[in-house]
Amino acid sequence: MSVFVWIETFAGRALPGSWEALGAAEKIAGSFDTDITALMFGAEAASIASEAGRRGAARAIVCADGSLLEYRQETYAALLSALIQDRRPVAVVSVATNRGRELLASAAGDTESGLISDVIDLRLEDGKIIGTRPAYAGKVLMEMTCHTATTFVTIRGRAFPAATPGDESAVAVEEVAAIPVPESIQTEVLDFASEAGKVNLTDAAVIVSGGRGMANNPAAPPGDISGDEATIWKAKDGYANTLTPLAQTLGAAIGASRAAVDAGYIPYEHQVGQTGKVVSPDLYIACGISGAIQHQAGMRNSKIIVAINKDAQAPIFKLARYGIVGDLYDVVPALTAALKERLHS
Amino acid sequence: MAHIVTFTRSTPDTAAKVWVDNKGEVTWGDVATVVNPWDEYSLEETIVQAKSSGGESTVIAIGPALHDDALKHSIAMGVKNALRIEEPGADMNDSLVWSALAAGAIQKLGDVDLIIFGKESVDAATDQHTFQLARRLGWTMLSYVSAILEVDYAAGVIKVEKMLEQGKQVIAAKLPAVISVMKGINEPRYPNFLGIRKAAKAQIPVWSAEDIGVALPQPATSALRYMNPPARAISTEIVEGEDTAAKAAALVERLFEEKVL
Ligand SMILES: Cc1cc2nc3c(=O)[nH]c(=O)nc-3n(C[C@H](O)[C@H](O)[C@H](O)COP(=O)(O)OP(=O)(O)OC[C@H]3O[C@@H](n4cnc5c(N)ncnc54)[C@H](O)[C@@H]3O)c2cc1C
Ligand SMILES: Nc1ncnc2c1ncn2[C@@H]1O[C@H](COP(=O)(O)O)[C@@H](O)[C@H]1O
Repeated sequence: MSVFVWIETFAGRALPGSWEALGAAEKIAGSFDTDITALMFGAEAASIASEAGRRGAARAIVCADGSLLEYRQETYAALLSALIQDRRPVAVVSVATNRGRELLASAAGDTESGLISDVIDLRLEDGKIIGTRPAYAGKVLMEMTCHTATTFVTIRGRAFPAATPGDESAVAVEEVAAIPVPESIQTEVLDFASEAGKVNLTDAAVIVSGGRGMANNPAAPPGDISGDEATIWKAKDGYANTLTPLAQTLGAAIGASRAAVDAGYIPYEHQVGQTGKVVSPDLYIACGISGAIQHQAGMRNSKIIVAINKDAQAPIFKLARYGIVGDLYDVVPALTAALKERLHS
Repeated sequence: MAHIVTFTRSTPDTAAKVWVDNKGEVTWGDVATVVNPWDEYSLEETIVQAKSSGGESTVIAIGPALHDDALKHSIAMGVKNALRIEEPGADMNDSLVWSALAAGAIQKLGDVDLIIFGKESVDAATDQHTFQLARRLGWTMLSYVSAILEVDYAAGVIKVEKMLEQGKQVIAAKLPAVISVMKGINEPRYPNFLGIRKAAKAQIPVWSAEDIGVALPQPATSALRYMNPPARAISTEIVEGEDTAAKAAALVERLFEEKVL
């Protein structure tokens, strides 16, 4: 039995969302009267295991084999699938990051099991796990269940409370060997360019987001830049020197609308929305964003939305709890100053 | 000669209102469907890859005739061959059933080097099809690809840039492979007049499970119920004040009261 939780790690540290997966797993384990087994592959697996123990895992399966030091679908899925065939857990849970989605879908395929992805709520009915998930970009919700012995669940980040750490860790740690993978499907990581230091959008508690309105920056570009180039310069200057100070004061991540991304103001990694990232921070501050339906799809579930827009009729105000009608290039610096004053008083 | 295959289907327009009707079914009225927006990038990449290698391109949809619209759009963009797979009575939304049919079709085509998917479908976003097809075929899986840096179909090798939440990786791997691509990998083209005319005339073959010789697995999942999300009661407060500084200070106070700071 047991409920498996894959604790996703990066550079030897557990991702915050993994503890949310552990929290969601507690719900399942409680209803099945079973315990939780945390799975950690790669570097620092043993020390992360003891943290998983403090957060409620009774058991841990670790594998620190050299072939698993870095996440790769083929090596991780081979091991996870073999463990599932062998131990038959009632459920396998992880957070729906890029890797979590890939790994659980792969192992569900290997073991011919059902998977419910991007779950925001879980309950048990007649011995079956029922997951609620958004569909059609959150325009509708659906309830799904699986008919197989093991139910795979990926949870949406920030939808479940994280399992909190206690003082004691009585976790029983078991080390397992890696499973060999055919040469033909092995991938080789040649290079990695980190974006360390930036707050990850999907984990962020606060997001400051800028849209096409960022281009209406009163700052003047250098004389040799004109036309579209000048517009891009203005918008980039706005993200760097108007939005970033606010984000830094708040410890926030920076988001953007698709219009801003497509116009070349900011890289795609920052896009929030239906064809960008889906986020649910405690606070989302939309600056110079009109609030198109496709943008809403990515941020509608933020706890508190603040809109700063010079057009009082912009649809974003219908979604916002608080709004300031005005030029973002006046309002944002004033907001940064007011926050600094309040935080230091 | 390389053969590049892509999968796509029709999804409701992203601007459409979608709701659950009083029979409990999902509807978007009579708004037209579009090709899954994430697939504009995979279709473009398929066309580019087939062209640069002097090879073949094929687009496959699994499901009812509704998806012919997406296939026609793909032909209009420039994909050479289209194919639809339909097995009446099978739950083609279940990812195990889906991947069995998809893998069967790839094996029947026989000479495929590379399969290109979009990141996800904007409506169901099941996030499983791509990965489970790779596992069934026993092929290399490269997901969330933001650039194909090198590919040599004769030598059977590929090098890509891949997006992680923490940064970008460069990965080398062997073909055949299944990849999923991100927005930003290319600029999808618009269908031109000739393409649209070609698509209008195209006859799309439909294969059944028997045609491709696969025995379907039992579906692993069931959708139990669709619901309209609870209405969020939002009352918007436009923060007022004497000047911008006063408005900003008032907003900060509200945010502290809300305990989000
Ligand atoms: C298939 C598809 C997928 C899409 N996916 C996404 C997605 O993932 N994410 C997304 O965001 N969009 C997406 N879109 C695009 C979406 O429809 C909108 O075009 C886009 O969100 C608009 O971005 P915007 O609000 O920044 O720009 P606009 O709609 O142009 O709004 C700019 C706003 O800024 C305000 N403004 C201007 N200057 C200032 C100033 N100085 N101070 C204050 N306010 C100012 C204006 O009043 C206006 O409200 C998608 C569209 C399609 C068709
Ligand atoms: N029935 C289908 N037929 C063809 N392609 C599909 C089908 N369902 C999903 N896809 C494609 O598979 C990819 C991943 O979709 P999903 O797993 O639903 O998020 C996207 O490129 C989709 O367009």
